[in-house]
This record gives sequence, C-alpha cells and structure tokens, in this order.
Amino acid sequence: MRSILSSRLARASPRPSTTGSSRRTLISQPAPRLVASRPLPTNISAKSEEAQANEEFMKGLVEGLREMRSKAKEGGGKAALDRWKSRGNGKLGVRERIEALLDPASPFMELSSLAGHDVYPDPLPAAGLVTGIGLVAGRRCMIIANDPTVKGGAYYPLTVKKQLRAQQIALENRLPCVYLVESGGAALPFQAEVFPDHDHFGRIFYNMARMSGMGIPQISVVHGISVAGGAYMPAMSDVVIIVKNQGRIFLAGPPLVKAATGEVVDDETLGGGEMHTSVSGVADHLANSDGHAIRLAREAIMDLGRASKPVKAQETAVAVRPPVYPTSDLNSIIPVDSRQSFDMREVIARVTDGSEFREFKAEYGKTIITGFAEIHGHTVGIIANNGVLLSPSALKATHFMELCSQRQIPLVFLVNVSGYMVGEKAERGGIAKDGAKMVRAVARAKVPKFTVIVGGSFGAGNYGMCGRAYSPRFLFMWPNAKISVMGPDQLSSVMQTVSGKKEQPAQEGEDRWKSLREKIEGQSAAIYSSARIWDDGIIEPSDTRDVLGLGLDLAAEELALRKQGGGGHGQRGEIGADGDAGDWGVFRM
Amino acid sequence: MKSIVASSRRRVGLPIHTIPLATPLPALISRGTNVQPSASSTTSRTLTTRSLSRNYATARKSTSKKASIPSLATLSISKTASKPLFQKILIANRGEIACRIIRTARKLGIQTVAVYSEADKDCIHVSMADEAYCIGPAPSSESYLVMDKILEVARQSGAEAIHPGYGFLSESTVFASRVQESGLVFIGPPAEAIRAMGSKRESKEIMLAAGVPCVPGYHGAAQDMETLKSEADRVGYPLLIKPTHGGGGKGMRVVRDAKDLEEEILSAKREAAKSFGNDEVLLERWLERPRHVELQVFADTQGDCVALWERDCSVQRRHQKIIEEAPAPGLSPELKKDFAEKAVAAAKAVNYVGAGTVEFIMDAETGEYFFMEMNTRLQVEHPVTEMVTGVDLVEWQFSIASGNPLPMTQEQIPCIGHAFEARIYAERPEANFLPDAGRLIHTRPPINAPHRLETGFAEGDEVSSFYDPMIAKLIVHGKDRAEALSMLRRALGEYQIVGPSTNIEFLKAVAGHPEFVKGAVETNFVPTHHDELFEKRPIPPTVLAQGALFLAAQARHDLGSTGAGPWSTLAFRRFGDTSVKSFTFDEGTVDLIPESQGRFGISSGDYSSSATCTLLGPTEMITQFPNTRYHSTIIHTGNKLHIFTTTDHYILTLPQATQEEGASTTVSADNLTSPMPATVIEVRVKKGDKVTAGQVCCVLESMKMEINVRAGRDGVIGDVKINKGSSVEEGGILVSLEPEAEK
Repeated sequence: MRSILSSRLARASPRPSTTGSSRRTLISQPAPRLVASRPLPTNISAKSEEAQANEEFMKGLVEGLREMRSKAKEGGGKAALDRWKSRGNGKLGVRERIEALLDPASPFMELSSLAGHDVYPDPLPAAGLVTGIGLVAGRRCMIIANDPTVKGGAYYPLTVKKQLRAQQIALENRLPCVYLVESGGAALPFQAEVFPDHDHFGRIFYNMARMSGMGIPQISVVHGISVAGGAYMPAMSDVVIIVKNQGRIFLAGPPLVKAATGEVVDDETLGGGEMHTSVSGVADHLANSDGHAIRLAREAIMDLGRASKPVKAQETAVAVRPPVYPTSDLNSIIPVDSRQSFDMREVIARVTDGSEFREFKAEYGKTIITGFAEIHGHTVGIIANNGVLLSPSALKATHFMELCSQRQIPLVFLVNVSGYMVGEKAERGGIAKDGAKMVRAVARAKVPKFTVIVGGSFGAGNYGMCGRAYSPRFLFMWPNAKISVMGPDQLSSVMQTVSGKKEQPAQEGEDRWKSLREKIEGQSAAIYSSARIWDDGIIEPSDTRDVLGLGLDLAAEELALRKQGGGGHGQRGEIGADGDAGDWGVFRM
Repeated sequence: MKSIVASSRRRVGLPIHTIPLATPLPALISRGTNVQPSASSTTSRTLTTRSLSRNYATARKSTSKKASIPSLATLSISKTASKPLFQKILIANRGEIACRIIRTARKLGIQTVAVYSEADKDCIHVSMADEAYCIGPAPSSESYLVMDKILEVARQSGAEAIHPGYGFLSESTVFASRVQESGLVFIGPPAEAIRAMGSKRESKEIMLAAGVPCVPGYHGAAQDMETLKSEADRVGYPLLIKPTHGGGGKGMRVVRDAKDLEEEILSAKREAAKSFGNDEVLLERWLERPRHVELQVFADTQGDCVALWERDCSVQRRHQKIIEEAPAPGLSPELKKDFAEKAVAAAKAVNYVGAGTVEFIMDAETGEYFFMEMNTRLQVEHPVTEMVTGVDLVEWQFSIASGNPLPMTQEQIPCIGHAFEARIYAERPEANFLPDAGRLIHTRPPINAPHRLETGFAEGDEVSSFYDPMIAKLIVHGKDRAEALSMLRRALGEYQIVGPSTNIEFLKAVAGHPEFVKGAVETNFVPTHHDELFEKRPIPPTVLAQGALFLAAQARHDLGSTGAGPWSTLAFRRFGDTSVKSFTFDEGTVDLIPESQGRFGISSGDYSSSATCTLLGPTEMITQFPNTRYHSTIIHTGNKLHIFTTTDHYILTLPQATQEEGASTTVSADNLTSPMPATVIEVRVKKGDKVTAGQVCCVLESMKMEINVRAGRDGVIGDVKINKGSSVEEGGILVSLEPEAEK
C-alpha cells in the first residue's frame, strides 16, 4: 500500500523532462561567471615605432624558423622520396602516412621538428623520425614514424633520443603509441652512442614493455624493412600490421643469414607479411598497401576500448574565450636587443582566456609574477619572470607553487630569467637558500608543469624556472630564446678572469675570447637547443596559447585516467622495473 | 445526410471554378507554396495536407475580390438543382493519382477508401485515405489488377463508387461492367465506350463516320500502277510507300511530289521483292514533323460534351510523354476551335460520359491533323488543363458520375496563360532511359519557384521496381509560354532528389533547348536533338571545391563533436607548419590548405582560390569565395556527393576504399586448403568441373565435426589432390582451381 502511495507521489513530482529542458537552455549559455571578467591592461601599441621594430625582428626569426622547418619536412628530399616510392607499390611518404593516419581535421602537435639540425657531418632532417601527437579515430595518440628517405630510417643517437622523448611524453600522458616502422635499425658507425647506455636503443623496447604494462596500447605498422633491433619494434607491440610484399621483419637479413649459416633465402620468405601473419604470428594483420595498412591501424585504434581513455562525464561544451588582445601581438613584445627588459604581463594577456590574470602577491618580490588564469578552459598557475630573481621573488614563487600543488592546479612557467641575484647583499640575504627552496618546490610540485622559454633561461634561473632537468610535461622555446649557463659576454669575461694569470700575447687572447664568445652565443641559440632535443620544439609566439592548451588538455585527461585507476597502474616518472605496480603488458603469441 | 454533402459541394466546390477567371494572372496556387503532400517526412504528412487546404482557401480569399467576370456559381445554379455526390468512394489505384483523387474528395466531403499492396503499406495514399485495405502482394497482377479483391473491399467498406485513376483497371471494360453489376458507380465512361475506343480498327471507322479525320492510307490488294496512282492522290502528299510484308525500314520511300511517285513505287517494289519475296506495297500519309496534340473532353449523362482545350505532349522518350503543355504552342484560334469540335464529335460518336482524351497526330508544318485514339480515362497530364482552365477535373468526374450535368458550356471554358508539366522519373536517361529504383534518401521540392507538385512519395519512401517509376509531376503555370517555361526551368533547378537516378537534369536540358523554347516541339524531339540534350556538362571548379570544402567542414564538425577542449577545436592546426588535405573525386582532385580562421586555400588543376565555409546543418553549406557566395545543399551518401547549387545538381564520386586498397587477399582463392587435420568424407568435384564461388567442393570430418570446404571464387577445378577417406594435414591443399585467365 505504501509503495503504491509513494509511487503516486513520485508521479506527482515534476517530470524530469521539465528540468532537463531547462538544463538544456543553460548548457547553450556560457558558464556562469561568478567573478566579473577583468582583462589585463596593455601598453603595447601596434603603431609604435618600437613595436614595429620588434615585430620586424620577430617576423624575421619566424620566417627563418619556417624555412628550416619546411626544409626538414622534406626529409631526404623529393628525389629520394620518389626513388623510395618507386621501390614498392603504392608506397606513401612518411608525411603522407601521418596525414592518412590522423583524423581528417585533427590538429597535429609535432615534436622537435628541427632535431638533428646541423649536428652531424651529413644532414639528418628531423633526425630521420617524425614524432607528434594527433587524433586517430577520435583518440589522442603519439605517432612515431621513421622517415626512410633519411639514411634509410637508420637510428642516429638523436633519432634514439627523439623516440625516447616521444615515448616519455606518451608515458606521462598515457597516449597510445602508433609506430610507423621502416628502418634499417641502428646507424652502425654510431653504435657506441646508440647501443649500450641506459638511454640508448634498448630503452625503446623497455619503454614499450613498460607502457604496455601500464595499459598504454602499442601499435606498429610495418611499411618496409624492420630489421635487427628494429624487428623488436613490431615484435614488442600489442598489435602489428604489415604491408604485403613490402614490410619485412627479421632479426637478420638474407646477406647476414648467408654469412652466418650459409642459408640462402629471399627477403619475402624470410620475413614477409604473408609469412608473418600466417606462419610465425609476428604480425597480426596483412595489408595490401600503405593506405590499407593505415586504415587497419585506424581500425585498431577504434578497438582500444577503455585502454588509455578516461570515461568522461558528458562534457559541457563551454565556449572558451580567446584573449581580448590578438595573439599576433606576441610578435611585437620581445625587444630587438635581448638585454632590454619587457613586461611579461603583456605575454600573459595574450595567452590566457579573456586575457585574465588573477595575480598573487603582486606587490611582493616584483621580479617574478605569479597568479591564476585559464588557458583553453584549464585553470593554471602562471609563474613568469619580470627581472632577476631576488630572495623575495624566490620565496613568492615557492609559496605559489605550494598553493598550486595543494590545489592540483598545473603550473605554467614563462621564462625570461638571467639568474638569481649575485653580490654580497644577496648572498648575505641567503639567496642560495631561498633559490634552493624554489628549486625544491619545482622539483617536488605534484602537478603537471609546462615551460615556455620566451626570452633567456640562464644559470640556476633555468632550474628554478623548470628547465628540462625538472621534467616539465612539455618545454617549448620561442625563436629568440636563449639557453646557457650564463650569457656569452659574462661567460667569456669569467673565463678571461679565471685564466687571466697565464701570460698570453694580447692579440691572440682577444681572438680567443671572441671566438669563445661566438661559440657560446651559437650554443645558447634556440635552434642549437632544439636540434639536440633539449626542448620539444621551437614554437611561433602566436601559437603559445594553443600549444599550451593542447598540453594542458592532455594532462587533464591523464589525471582523469589516473583517478579512475583503470587501464593499468603505475606512476608517472622514473620507475624501476621492480618498483612499479604495472603489469606484464601484452605478450606477442 | 446526402443533402448535407450536396450543399457542402456548393459551398466548397464552386468557388474553385471562379479562381482562374477572377485572376488575370494565374494564381490558382499560391506562389512558392508546395501544394502537394510531398512532405519531407512521413510524420508531417497530415500537417502538410492540412496546410494545402489552407492554401486553397487563401487563394480563394485573395482572388475573390477581383471577381469582375461572371461567377460560374450562378451559371451552375441556374441549371436544375444538382444531384448529391457520393458519400464514400474507393480509389483503385496508388501513388500520386490516388493522392490527387483523395484530395478533391476530401475537399468535397467525400470519404475515401484506399487499397494497397503489401509493398505500399507505408505510402502516402494509404495514410491520406480515411480507410485503407491491403489487397495482396506487391506484383500488381496479384493486387491492383485483381478485380475480385477490389470489389470485395468496396462492398466491405460501403463505397458507392470506384475511381480507377489511370493505368491498372482504368480502361478495362470487364472491370467497368463488373463495377456496375455490383451496383456501384464506375467513375469513368460506359464499358461500351471503352470497348469501342479500345479497338484501333473500330474506333477509326467510327471516327471517319463522325467526320473526324484519320490518317489516310491505301492498304488494298490491287497493286497496279493506276490504282496506286489514284489512291496516292486520295491519300495526299507527302506519302510513305511501305512494303506490306516488310519491316525494319527496308524498301520504305517518302514521296513528296506526285511526279516522283511512279519511279519510287517501282523502286520500292523491286527492293521489296528482293528483300521479302513479295512486292506488295501500301501507301500512307507521311507527316514530316509529327506532333502529338490531344484534347481533354468531358461528357455528361445528358449527352452534352465539352472540350477543355488541347495539350501538346509531343516530347517523348521510349514512347512515353515527359513534358506536356497546355495550350499547344503555335495553333491558330481557328485550328484550336476546329480541334475542339472534332474532339467533341469523337466523344459524342461513342456516347461518351466523363473525362476522356482524344489524341491527334498533327503535322507541325502543315497543321494537318488526324485522329489517333481516344483514352477513356483521366490522363497523367490532366493538371496542365486544370491550370489553364481552372477546373478541378476530378471534381467534375465526381459530379458527372453522380448524374449531374456539365457545370460549364463550351463558351464558358477559359484558357488562361500557359502551363507545363514535367514528369520526374526514376530513370537513367544516359542509359537509354532505363528505369531505376531505390529509396528516396533526400527530396526537396522547389522552394522559390511557384509550382504545383503531384507526387505519391515522401522522403524515405522506396521507388519500387514493381510499379511505374514516376516519382512526381512538376506543374507550373505562367501568364504566357515564356514565363511558364522560365518557371519550369527554375523549379526543375530547385528540385532536389537523391536516391534513385532521376531525369531532372535531362528535363532541364529539354526545357532549356532553344528549339523547345521556340515551341518547335515534335515527337522526334529527343532523337533529333540527342547530342545537345546529352552534352556532357563539365563540373565547374567551384563545385569541386565545394565538395572538398564540405568534406573538410564535415571533418571539422566531427572533430568538434569528439568533446570539448582544444583537441576538438583546433581543427587542422599544424603550429607553424601547413598541411595539405587532398580530396580525390573521380571528377577531379582538390587540394585544401587550411589557413587561419577557418579559411582554406584551394587548388584544383589550374584553378586556385580561397574560401571559408559554414555548415548550416548536416546538408546545407554556405561557401564564401573572395567574390562569390554560394548556398548549396550537399548530400553525402555512400561514395557519392550530391551537390545542389541553386540551379544545378552535380554528382561527385569518391573512390571506394576497396578500390584504393585492392581486394582482400587473406583468402588464397586458387587453392582450397584444410583448416585443420581432418579426414575427407566426400569429394563433390572432379578435374575440369565448373564451380561457382561458395560452392561446396568437398566435405571433411575432424573431431566429430563436418566441415564444408567451399570454392573462394568462380572457376574451373584444376587438380583434385584427395580421395574419399584420405587424411589431410592442416593447410593441406585439397583442390586447386585453374588460374584465372588474364583479362
């Protein structure tokens, strides 16, 4: 009786559809703003002479960057590509493979596109490997693709480093990895710098096992030769697709087999797709062409189920407010003379949603700026330099990082730092102690960190401002950025002082210091850093907001996955093989 | 009860007659409104039908003020009080004509009974009728042509009359008499008139007796030159000499002058003797440029008959009309009058009752005309007559079948403006007009062009191969031929159909052909102008670009629907780099280079431009080129992209994924192998046998299970490597097929 009554009562209550419809109207509105919007003011006038000069300077740098990038994108060049394609049927270049793999409208965040620039005696465009993040079948994936037109896809030391870095990013963000394989393996003349050490070739497969163990899918498409160490790339993968008559997987190719055992066997019999998919089981799917293989890979991503994908509550699509000032203004902020200072708030105003910035401790330690803002809808804590780091600045930054870490707010570092203050006053004030607090806070903050070097990153300031050694999720540089232990002038003058006791002819000394200065100058340039993968790439200033937004979104999804606990375990970061809670991963059967 | 119906007829029915008379400009149908229940979805059918009657009402209201010309209401009422109409009728038909009849019945307060085959259960005519009965399976021989079933439904439902529509049983004397025998009214002519007109020979004799000209000819046995010469004079020139036993055009001679006759006869006879072993010839009047002109007639039971002027239906393909018009272009008033008189005479000669059509063949050059046949039904193309006369012909049919006199005299029947009807068929004009069938994936009637649409299909309906593939009739009415024709072209341009292939683009080519514009219609129009009508239309680069932009916009939309956040909103971004999105169609390739703010750089062959595009919905897209803006409807179905600009329909074909990648090769088709270790228990093929894909070639047994081994492709058995009882290993070859011959 009572239940009947209660069910009647329930029926009398307002029908859910009514509330549903009112909720629908709310969704279409922007999220209620609890606090009125207050964009940062700006002092930049696009018409000012200074701004125009700055812009011209930055545009020159951006143009140079684009040129280098488009050169690197060509890989071994058009002739090499045509030659490569003519060796097979319907072969695609590495860029075409990636475009076909990505969802048609997906963004693609390429990493370290200038790796290998002017490093080796022979050019090694993009270090012979294209890495980047994009959407495949609606899922964020790390794509790692050999460029066979560059030294046959051989692994130079930087190729290995680039792949390891991409895997590290995939690991930290739990991104499924798709390997588009076509490589002859390690570059043998460099074997000493490629093979034996901790972060050398073997680490690639170690990472694959570790990620698979954490439930991060590993998928390989074998487009061409995949020999020796390279054969482990597919063999270590959860799913392998191989192109018929073109993909080859073997530990040793026919010449080596003949030398070793006298057995005479052709490529296809030894490691062709038909054999591997029907006899050895080293590969799982046989594709008729590169295009077909890519489609099979997309289908494989469709079938990843819950692996690496958080179960999200229905997202309310809140329109993200762009900055109120055009991001293109970022080109006219950096002064032509890198020793001139500029107000980092002008940068912040062109990176954050609605140009808003809720500054913390604005009047204390004014050489560093701390505060909260949104970037592409993600709340972040921004730490930005506005001068040399003094004790109060270091303390303020430390305080702020503690807040962010406690509140689970990711940190964004906008870097233009010449270092911590030197001198008797500073030392007596305990700058070393206060700087160390800041460095410790950076090292131990339990939130994702993002670093953009917009100016200089010198000395210990690099550590306090989350340099590469402090494991930011991503580290990007502006084209004008500089990174070194100290400025070239200071460095050469220090060197001069230190070695000044030795007698030297004046003129010879001058030349020596000048060439040292030039050398340091060159080594501190963004391109020098990017070529050696000290960063994840040089970005155009106007892309700063979007690149950060993509990274923040990856981190947010990783956090959701971590909270969810499903799809593998383990923690981010350096985990010993015997220390993480991860699984075995997927054994190839 | 009956009186109520009758009075409702006066109230509702009569003002309809006044409409065309009251408007100097044709506004029978409110402009820009689709008066047909061609609702885009089945759910809105009722709604549309309701709004249809509203449109009529508006038309009446807006035009009645101008009623300066005597209202026909007075004329009609001046006659003896009209007899009541039926309370309930059965429509023994389907599709647009059933809908058309139901609409008038509704207007007059008559209840309607529909019949339908199993294939038609979701058709509009079924949902429009007050009652509907299923009368059998899809083939019409088992449904719409089965008289017993239809009569039984009429009995069950209590219908008083049966309207046969056109086709099916409309010209069956048996049906007409059986309806009458069952005590019901057949809304059509008496059985005797149908029979008389059904026979070519008999009808010709009746017509000649009534003074209606028939094609003159000489079919006599006397073959001497004198007889043939005098008969030739009687037949008149130009004439055709044809071997009596011939065929295929052999030995046929056209003689345009009497002086050539003798020589041509001799030559024809020689050829006939050689080809057919018989030199007998016949003579017939030859029409250089024949036109098909037909007269709509109406006769009542009192013996009165009027002609509602003529229609020209010359433009045909496969002997079926495709564009009809009223009045026929280029006829002098005298000729029009003459036609009308002859048509009335023809109808009267067979004591005709109801709606009928007298068909004439007319020489486009001389204006001479001859009787061909009489169709004893309401014709497909009746709407053009309705448009120029303002008469609801179905209403007249009901009235006359109820025993009422004709509501108008010949002098009162107007002919205002000019009307066209274009028949939209599911067919492939380029494949010799072969009928097509399939689901109407997308239909949208013209939006801006004023028109009347008669259709029995809604979006989502299936155009079935069981019935006539006519999808719709598009009717326009203008103040003169030029205006009507321009409206027709516009309306055809706006009419969107995706699903089965249609003849819309062909109809547009006809309606735009200079000779058709001139009114130079003839029955050979399509073959004569074949090349111009089928001229291959190049696809403009802007259309190719729109196709690519649509796919890009779709991709952008798909990306946006994957969630919130920058990964879903930063479409196509490459951060300092650019990407080229290449779209390949069979018709051409377009490269799009995503630029900032949703703009794309476009290059396709020699063409290069840039544009932004906005999707207004799943199928509507606005494309803004630097100096031009397009609003197109684009339907993506299968591997086809249908692009409807405001006036044209283009189809782009995307390469099939399978073509790109080649057929699946996981199954080796040449050898049939054993999937597991097994014993052969049966071998069903031997060397040289022909097998088809899927055919069982041998049966294996393993682990107590039988396995059928089937051929992977069609072919001939090469080797049989096993016998009954032999054991085979996993992967062992059982049977091999002969390698396929290289094509």
